[in-house]
Amino acid sequence: MCLAIPMRVTEVHGSPEDFTTSQIAIVDADGISREVRLDVVDHWPSVGDYVIVHAGFAIHSLIEAEALKNLSLLKELAAQMPEELLS
Amino acid sequence: MKYYDEYRDGASARALVAELRKVVTRPMRIMEVCGSHTMAIFRNGIRSILPDGLELISGPGCPVCVTSASHMDAFIAMADRPGVRVAIFGDLFRVPGSRGSLANASSRGAKVDIVYSPIDALDLAARHPQDLVVFLGVGFETTTPTIAATILAARNRNISNFAVFATQKTVPPALTVLLEDPELQLNGLLCPGHVSAIIGAGAYIPFAEKYHIACVVAGFETTDLLTSLIMLAQQIGAGEARVENAYARAVSWEGNTRAQQMVAEIFEPCDTQWRGLGLIPGSGLKIREKYRDFDAEVRLHVTLPPADEPKGCRCGDILKGISNPRQCPLFGNRCTPASPVGPCMVSSEGTCAAFHKYGLEV
Repeated sequence: MCLAIPMRVTEVHGSPEDFTTSQIAIVDADGISREVRLDVVDHWPSVGDYVIVHAGFAIHSLIEAEALKNLSLLKELAAQMPEELLS
Repeated sequence: MKYYDEYRDGASARALVAELRKVVTRPMRIMEVCGSHTMAIFRNGIRSILPDGLELISGPGCPVCVTSASHMDAFIAMADRPGVRVAIFGDLFRVPGSRGSLANASSRGAKVDIVYSPIDALDLAARHPQDLVVFLGVGFETTTPTIAATILAARNRNISNFAVFATQKTVPPALTVLLEDPELQLNGLLCPGHVSAIIGAGAYIPFAEKYHIACVVAGFETTDLLTSLIMLAQQIGAGEARVENAYARAVSWEGNTRAQQMVAEIFEPCDTQWRGLGLIPGSGLKIREKYRDFDAEVRLHVTLPPADEPKGCRCGDILKGISNPRQCPLFGNRCTPASPVGPCMVSSEGTCAAFHKYGLEV
């Protein structure tokens, strides 16, 4: 029910402050393109960002620094973590 | 795919499995709270590589599974009303109430539409002005913001033949009930990923402090899950009880405040009934007075009927982690995914469905 995968933003429409406009992004994952709503996303995404989508709504836009924090945690725990994963 | 493939890497997973074996130094019981985690753990074969001593218990985190028979009966009664068209997430279609399911209602002529998003239910209302379209709100914190946003969109678009039957629930009050239960004896919580994306990792601090339980927020890929289990085992081994976030790419400490505000605008807490756990104070959400025009319970004067849980079904104990599906006399014979008796077998994220799909001996 709560599963969601990161999808890449290719278009952004509307503005974060104006709820009367359509707040919509076009996203792409593995070549599948779809429209998602941005009404409840935590940070307004830009083209090229990744968002986590649940039930047609983006609920989170990923920030590079947070993702790197996530990977460095992996590295700490897996002694033989392949270097290329951290590039 | 970025932010995805790097968390499924086989070499990293092998290294993490070796590490996990090292850090499980004493017996420990960990509950995975979320149904999506239950499925991900089975799908990735993680149960088969768990070191001796680490016991993984599935919790109540499947919204369909914890929907009470009374609510199911009310949903079915609503679908049977003339002039009403109900819109649901697909998981709900075959869940049995006391007498039949929404699938049965649909086959006798009730209008039941399966939608992917609450916003699709609003579009249905726009296309069927002669019907009152009622979205049956089932879900946790991840789903509720999407329902709140849909109610606001209905108001902005002046669509008056749309309402929500709100039965969504919140996870922390259910955790309190579980952690107060002396039978469970948990050492750690694998905290849900996308519920936490909304409520924030900080939401678990009171649990770590009050119940001295290790809490780690986890993602859904192989290495996410292994990393989180290692962190839990390290804490438990050291006698610590802290909240750690192993899913930083999706979850912040304070959560999604924009979604939290939108939910608070539309909904207020109420007491609600959970299948298996009973009535939990403050664990439900109802639509605020200000938005009563979108409240299906108000518009259609719904009263919740008393209902019987299916006879012999152990879903209640399974949702609490007290029993596992193999201990249920119905499992695998009278109750199968093709012909389910209880909700834990119906939902694709139910514990019984997971045990059935991924092998009875696990």
